[in-house]
Amino acid sequence: MLRKALVIAAVLGFAAAAQPAVSATTSAPLKDATWSFEGPFGRFDQEQLQRGYKVYHDVCSACHSMKLMSYRNLGQPGGPFFDPKYANPNDNPYVKTLVKDFQVPDVDTDTGDVIKRPATPADTFVSPFANEYAARASNGGALPPDLSLIIKAREDGPRYVYSLLTGYVTPPAGLKAPAGKFYNPYMPGDLTAYWTGDPKHVPVGGFIGMPLQLTPDRVTFDDGTKATAEQEAKDVVAFLSWAAEPHADERKKIGFAVMIYLLLFAGLLYASYRRLWRNIEH
Amino acid sequence: MSGHSTYEPKTAFERWLDTRLPIIRFGLDFMEFPTPKNLNYWWTFGAILAFCLATQIITGVILAMHYVANAGLAFGSVEHIMRDVNYGWMIRFIHANGASMFFLAVYIHMFRGIYYGSYKAPREVIWLLGVIIYLLMMATAFMGYVLPWGQMSFWGATVITNIIGSLPIIGGAITTWLWGGFAVDDPTLNRFFSLHYLLPFMIAGVVVLHLWALHVPGNNNPLGVNVKSEKDTIPFHPYYTVKDGFAVAVFVILFATFVFFNPDGLGHADNYIEANPLVTPQHIVPEWYFLPFYAILRAIPNKLMGVLAMFASIGFLFVLPWLDTSKVRSMRYRPSARLFFWIFVVTCIILGFCGAHEPDQQVIPGFGGFQLMDSNINSFVWLSRLGVLGYFGYFLVVMPILGLREVPLPVPESISNPVLAAGSAMPAGATASPEKKG
Ligand code: HEC
Ligand code: HEM
Repeated sequence: MLRKALVIAAVLGFAAAAQPAVSATTSAPLKDATWSFEGPFGRFDQEQLQRGYKVYHDVCSACHSMKLMSYRNLGQPGGPFFDPKYANPNDNPYVKTLVKDFQVPDVDTDTGDVIKRPATPADTFVSPFANEYAARASNGGALPPDLSLIIKAREDGPRYVYSLLTGYVTPPAGLKAPAGKFYNPYMPGDLTAYWTGDPKHVPVGGFIGMPLQLTPDRVTFDDGTKATAEQEAKDVVAFLSWAAEPHADERKKIGFAVMIYLLLFAGLLYASYRRLWRNIEH
Repeated sequence: MSGHSTYEPKTAFERWLDTRLPIIRFGLDFMEFPTPKNLNYWWTFGAILAFCLATQIITGVILAMHYVANAGLAFGSVEHIMRDVNYGWMIRFIHANGASMFFLAVYIHMFRGIYYGSYKAPREVIWLLGVIIYLLMMATAFMGYVLPWGQMSFWGATVITNIIGSLPIIGGAITTWLWGGFAVDDPTLNRFFSLHYLLPFMIAGVVVLHLWALHVPGNNNPLGVNVKSEKDTIPFHPYYTVKDGFAVAVFVILFATFVFFNPDGLGHADNYIEANPLVTPQHIVPEWYFLPFYAILRAIPNKLMGVLAMFASIGFLFVLPWLDTSKVRSMRYRPSARLFFWIFVVTCIILGFCGAHEPDQQVIPGFGGFQLMDSNINSFVWLSRLGVLGYFGYFLVVMPILGLREVPLPVPESISNPVLAAGSAMPAGATASPEKKG
């Protein structure tokens, strides 16, 4: 028995050694984090959405656009500033005040000149850069992606973005980051070419063109919540998750009604089926 | 087996219409079609498929009211449906998940056909029309997936259309013709939209033929024996309308679970990134229902041979009725066929699993294995090669040979009299070809 096991172990060991080292994209396992909106019963927390919007507004919007969002969305049912008194989000006073801070490019219809005018709730979020070239030029060649759908555009989006934002660490000795790039173990990448240490232990993760953004007290929350880096990351992820699918709560609510209806309907059909077939031998 | 018509026009108008366009008679006869009384739940998938087709057409027509087939606007228009169109998110999630549900149902329906020998005489044409429906479904689903113009839409379309480019001599010209240019681009998107709208109506047309062909010999049944007398059948309505109705409701519960609680679960994250011809996604994978074919394609080192193998894997379905030499329809009476059937099902699932992984990825993580020909033995490419062997072996070896060699169990006399023949009163040889006694 023991001999057999030894032989098998030897064969396996030999086989494993014969395996050439493959270089491939790696990333660290995501951090554990949970949010109120997860699962079939989960719902967005409006205060968290407000804090998250603040983080986006104060930090991320300097580089990242959200082209699929309009200011009115912030005041629609389920949104961060929804107020049941204003069914039409365009009338929501908070949203109406908030847009005053933004200037949108437009054309003067009298002169034809390119101008900037104050935003209205119907306008889409103002983008930080005029175009992709400008965005790259300001970010060392890297393009900050639009964040409207970022949570859906990444596998396990909420945990990925959270881990990424809070996951910056100093690169291990032996890893040299190119200028303007930062080591992040959660960013998928292949660091083999930049690693001077033991080739069997290439650090996981990759380089990202975005510097560390979230530090303690980077923003001040209006509701008095302590602004740790983790809190900021969690809140901005909640906001981005809502933005990726603003109707998610409504979807789940309707889903429950649909399920109850379907279960009753299926039950009735089954009862009729049994009744109708009771005299059929089959 | 149209049987006799029981319709008697009651009103003057009905009598008038009946001698001009007997559409009421047709409808009633259709609903009262004599159906074997022993159909099990695997037979409800026909109705489930009809439900799926109707759902896709209705939601699709509504989506088309808001969708914009333009490479610059398509992605945004889908997000506009998700965000701004009233209940647009629901319509889109039903349509997207509906495609998966449709394929789930059609795969069960087809495996049902294989298990109970529903493709055998006199039902070959029903089966052939079914395979045509399946092909049309694949074309429709493939082109539909391109429409949202996400990264996976774009790169999936690029990979699949390039496959055709590997055909010798004519390949390049056909691909250019399909693309309407020299790459997947706006013209490709527009023609795919046009065809994606058209094909489901062609499917509906073939479904009519499928049902017409079904109503000539009538349904097969779990025993696989012919209907002998009226005692064996019941009218389709109300007996099977209510049973199918119940099955559809249960199916919709599964469907709704995806739509309302995990609507992106079957999709790929990359398709929420707008198409970008300059950035290739890390892994390009098709939707789950194409994965077995994708695995067959990639199992073969030579690209052209891979393409041919993939086409052959579907092509063999067309000749299935003539590959199978067994005269016994239902595998209930073919124990060894049953074993091979389940091996075949597992093979298809394994192939699907392989299609989802990179060919050189390890199947058993950490186990070194050894190099065999071009790849390590512990890699998905070798597992898919095993699957390809199993897949084609089933059609080319098991199907023809098994029917000649196996000894089937005694087959019942009729649907109403299952006990009679199941006893030992019958010599085994007499039951091996029940067809001849029919
Ligand atoms: C100084 C500009 C800047 C700011 C501020 C900024 N980012 Fe970024 N971000 C970038 C750049 C540049 C990239 C592209 C990095 C790359 O591709 O290497 C990026 C990439 C990302 C990515 C995508 C990573 C991936 O998987 O490709 C996410 C998610 C992200 N940023 C989130 C945020 C969030 C959330 C904030 C606000 C807390 C934020 N960023 C603030 C510049 C910025
Ligand atoms: C849009 C897709 C399809 C629809 C709507 C559809 C519908 C139906 C319906 C309503 C029936 C009768 C009830 C039943 O036996 O389940 C049927 C029977 C049948 N279908 Fe389909 N079908 C579809 C696709 C297919 C495909 C892809 C195949 C096989 C490749 C297939 C093979 C068969 C066979 C062999 C029968 C006869 C079954 C029997 O009575 O034993 N069908 N179909």
